[in-house]
Amino acid sequence: MTNKTVLHAKHLEAGAKMVDFFGWDMPINYGSQIEEHHAVRRDAGMFDVSHMTIVDVKGPQAQAYLRYLLANDVAKLQDKGKALYSGMLNEAGGVVDDLIVYFFDDTNYRLVVNSATKQKDLDWLAAKAEGFTVTITERDEFAMIAVQGPNAKAKAGQLFSAAQNEAVAGMKPFYGVQAEDLFIATTGYTGEAGYEIMVPNEQAADFWQALLDLGVAPCGLGARDTLRLEAGMNLYGQDMDETISPLEANMGWTITWEPTDRNFVGRDVLTAQKAAGTDKLVGLVMREKGVLRAGQKVTVAGGEGIITSGTFSPTLGHSVALARVASSVTEHAEVEMRKKWVTVDVVKPSFVRNGKSVL
Amino acid sequence: MSNIPAELRYAATHEWVRPEGNGVYTVGITEHAQELLGDMVFLDLPDVGDEVAMGDDVAVAESVKAASDVYAPITGEVLEVNEDLEDSPELVNSDPYGDGWLFKVKAEDEGEVETLLDADGYAESIEDE
Repeated sequence: MTNKTVLHAKHLEAGAKMVDFFGWDMPINYGSQIEEHHAVRRDAGMFDVSHMTIVDVKGPQAQAYLRYLLANDVAKLQDKGKALYSGMLNEAGGVVDDLIVYFFDDTNYRLVVNSATKQKDLDWLAAKAEGFTVTITERDEFAMIAVQGPNAKAKAGQLFSAAQNEAVAGMKPFYGVQAEDLFIATTGYTGEAGYEIMVPNEQAADFWQALLDLGVAPCGLGARDTLRLEAGMNLYGQDMDETISPLEANMGWTITWEPTDRNFVGRDVLTAQKAAGTDKLVGLVMREKGVLRAGQKVTVAGGEGIITSGTFSPTLGHSVALARVASSVTEHAEVEMRKKWVTVDVVKPSFVRNGKSVL
Repeated sequence: MSNIPAELRYAATHEWVRPEGNGVYTVGITEHAQELLGDMVFLDLPDVGDEVAMGDDVAVAESVKAASDVYAPITGEVLEVNEDLEDSPELVNSDPYGDGWLFKVKAEDEGEVETLLDADGYAESIEDE
């Protein structure tokens, strides 16, 4: 059975080309993926991300539970509304999923996890909760709309009430606030400023239409992928999965090692991996014709690797990719493309921020 | 339903052919093909003067989604390639039968064109996909 978000009819109305995305019938584009990409980099675009799973974690041991569940440490969260990106690891140190956790207080957190891994995640959350006094509640009464781009906040602000605008005034990146009936967060998956907004299901279509009327471009999964890749953000299932350590997925920064007496799932394995060394995820840049694609083989100094995500970058006008390679990698790599080997540049895995090249 | 002009001939591999007179034929990819591929980002075209044979992979249409081979629908010599595609590959999306043409071939045997599909035949072939 195919799942549909509450915005499904709006997508069809806008002429979206729909595809199956892990059991969800979702828009891949509304005409041109590249135009949608540019709308986000230059003005404002919006994405239906209602298929993502919102989970509230509450209870006297909510903090203790999340400190055990996640490789990043929620104890670092002190400001109400502050968010944290983390991997949720298995005992072998592989990534069960990546997620965002919002802190309200030590007994009250909200997680947003991937849709493709929804049931697995819910089962995992429940299994790891054994022995902790917490309640875990999926909040499927909310749709979620990401409004992203240099003009995104101003446009979304026109739809907010006075109280909502006051609640988000001066809010820094990576915070969320419940303001009347909306949960508004300064998060996203594009490398642009903007909001991810949780809207009660029954209001979602009207909110989407109001954004459309303000000239916010509807954007599909195609543009979402090129935008996140330009921003150097991982896609679960593509750049990492249960068999991949966060150390091999440019997620080392999301592991909080201190205090050393905090036990979290996968810690022992990660500690050993860190000592032994692992492959690493790097960025690749190819300025000549052609497009780097996932699955292509890579050769680097002292070893080899594979492209995990590759695309044409509409902002840069050439191809970029993420690749997992031997840590001995230097500034160039060879990629096997259509039966020939091409030399490409190796960079940090981040290509575009706030509309501008960071190469 | 995609646009399939009645006056063109088609290969099952989604190329179209238009007679320009004197045995010269313009070649492009169909609207259906560009819809499948999505936004075009690079076209790797043959060189002028190349001898191509029917069914050879002679060009690559690279879109945001995939790289796809383009096959010569007829045998002959490449007379001209569409240089506008270098800067504006999106013409293949916006005007696949017009400004988005790929290359022109001087046919070795014009009879070969008669072996290609007509619009109805092509329409049927893509319905079966």
